[in-house]
Amino acid sequence: MKTILVAAALFGIMTGAAFSQAPNFDDPEEFAKQREQLTATFNGPADQVYLHYAGDSMVDTAAFKKEGPWTICFSNAGVNNPWRVVGYTDMTEEVKLHPEIGTFTHVDAEGSDDKQIADIDDLLAGGNCSALIVSPNSTAALTPAVEKACAAGIPVIVFDRGVTTDCPVTFVHPVGGYGFGIQAAEHIIANVPAGGKVLMLRILPGVDVLETRASGARNMFAEAGLTVLGEEFTDGDNAKTKSIVEDYLQRGTIDAVWMDAGATAVAAVEAFEDQGVDVPVVTGEDQQDYLQKWRDLGFKGIAPTYPTYQWRTAIIAAVNTLKGEQVPGPEWVLPQPAITQDVLDQYINEKMPPLHYAMCGCEDMPNYPNAWGGTE
Amino acid sequence: MSAQSLPHPPDTPRRMPRINPVYVLVAALLIAIVVMNPAFGEPTGYMNYFKRVAALAILSGGALYVIVSGGFDLSVGSIMTLTVIGSSMLASNDPNSTYWIIPLMLGIGAFVGLINGLVVSYLKVPSLIATLGMMISLNGVAFMWSGGAPRGYLPDTFRFFGRYNITDVPVISLLPIAVICLASFGLILWWGLHRTNFGRMLHAVGDNQQAARLAGVPVERVRISAFVVSALTAVLAGVILGGRAGVSVDIGSGFELQAITAAVIGGAQLLGGRGSVPATIAGALALEAIFTLLNLLGLAQPVRLVVQGLILIGAVALATYQRKRAGQ
Repeated sequence: MKTILVAAALFGIMTGAAFSQAPNFDDPEEFAKQREQLTATFNGPADQVYLHYAGDSMVDTAAFKKEGPWTICFSNAGVNNPWRVVGYTDMTEEVKLHPEIGTFTHVDAEGSDDKQIADIDDLLAGGNCSALIVSPNSTAALTPAVEKACAAGIPVIVFDRGVTTDCPVTFVHPVGGYGFGIQAAEHIIANVPAGGKVLMLRILPGVDVLETRASGARNMFAEAGLTVLGEEFTDGDNAKTKSIVEDYLQRGTIDAVWMDAGATAVAAVEAFEDQGVDVPVVTGEDQQDYLQKWRDLGFKGIAPTYPTYQWRTAIIAAVNTLKGEQVPGPEWVLPQPAITQDVLDQYINEKMPPLHYAMCGCEDMPNYPNAWGGTE
Repeated sequence: MSAQSLPHPPDTPRRMPRINPVYVLVAALLIAIVVMNPAFGEPTGYMNYFKRVAALAILSGGALYVIVSGGFDLSVGSIMTLTVIGSSMLASNDPNSTYWIIPLMLGIGAFVGLINGLVVSYLKVPSLIATLGMMISLNGVAFMWSGGAPRGYLPDTFRFFGRYNITDVPVISLLPIAVICLASFGLILWWGLHRTNFGRMLHAVGDNQQAARLAGVPVERVRISAFVVSALTAVLAGVILGGRAGVSVDIGSGFELQAITAAVIGGAQLLGGRGSVPATIAGALALEAIFTLLNLLGLAQPVRLVVQGLILIGAVALATYQRKRAGQ
């Protein structure tokens, strides 16, 4: 037994050392910037949130002006979770609004860096793309592929996750991961007494927008004097989430559950329900099932968002570029609102599927709600 | 003269009835958990634990049929995933749909098990490969069906089996439906493997296929039936797990290996011919108890994984050692 413990301790130290070599996802400057952007005023038409942008820096795209019909190519990291499914529907519906787009070519990398690098190569070799949209699977691995695409002379639009090159025409994204973490953490800090216990649930390690959500929140909890009971990875699995919360409940009370993504929030809530314990603060995301659970049980919820309307914006950025019109850049920062108690009801729509993301900015589109699986 | 030349069993003194070490392991783990956390001794504590382990325990009991017959079934996790995703897509929030969805899923499960069995028996594909292929295909089917995001939701009537508790029961105060399912399916699986002719033939096939064939056992039919039983229990486990936790896109992944692990901890022989349903269910209980105990100890996740792996290897090594010493 002693040997086992020693071996376990050694392993623990080794993995600790390995993690300390990981990229730095705890950048105070970026944290401060995103915190400010959460409450900043955005430019753009009041009723079209997907056209809003922070700041006034614009990019001149006259050099890319081209007569239609265009072929717009899209290299997608994957359509492997409900958030991406809703986003992709937003995107295909947006394409239908632009008659100048002759062909829309979509290649799905199925969550693999290697496949996405090969996909981009294939798209470039085909030589048909008037513009290329990339939603990178991971930051570092896709940077060279995006650089190569820029060098081929076609306009490149990056959105969702970033790359470390500024060669694309613009990088479309909401405020960011720190912003998400800040909104959820602020809500918990406001509703839990000092010394309260927070369980942090995360989907998976190593993805920049998720790591920054966690590091931002972690710092804020430390500052506010809250105790972090633990940080557990759920793999986005409801069963695992429920077991983890039940286990922590066995060890003592939990005052709040913080989540880096809301897909499993309902499972976390159910863990309290099934044990007959009052549901404390559980943060989520703008998914219908969570919003409805929050309303029905009346716990202190909040839904920070990473709006899926950015998938529309990416198409609009490509279209405006090919028209030679100015676009916000080098970063097109979209607003990232959080759904709070006072606006909860306006985002609940019983007719949409339970895994629909409310912040889709899609309600004004011709095929809404059927294309998203809703009923009229 | 002849009495001297004939070997006869040595006159060994009567020994204490031998207990499968898995029961000792489970008892020790549960006692350790109660010591660490007295709340576990209350009905809400241990009933939740039984409720959580129900899906894995039933699944392991079914997987044992294939293991005893000398094969592996790696497709059970993907059958669970398919059950949960398929049910949620078909239900489209209609509470009255449960009554036809569960039989339909059992039908699909039986069909999958039949294909597994036919491929293994007649195409002579090793079961490891045949069911691995099935696992990949079924995951693909589930993914295609849902498009990566199941649009439906499991109605409460479906989730009844995995989530609902009967309250105000005398003595134990609450009794989850999942625990009733575990007890009844466990009993049926025990009866099938240890009290029927089919069970004896399964053991015979796993022990020595040639000898079984010569003795008149319809080897192919027996093996195919084992895969069908395994697939059916996977559907039942899927219903319970989906009920407990709700819809996830890869809800069953990893369960195939956990089921095999549970059977092995319970003393099943991986090459067939030997295994017990109660001990396998105890193996599943032990597995879940290890997870719970490590969590109560509050170890960090990487350390927990290491300790968990070491305990698994240790438990199986101990079981093998005891069996060798006992000369079996």
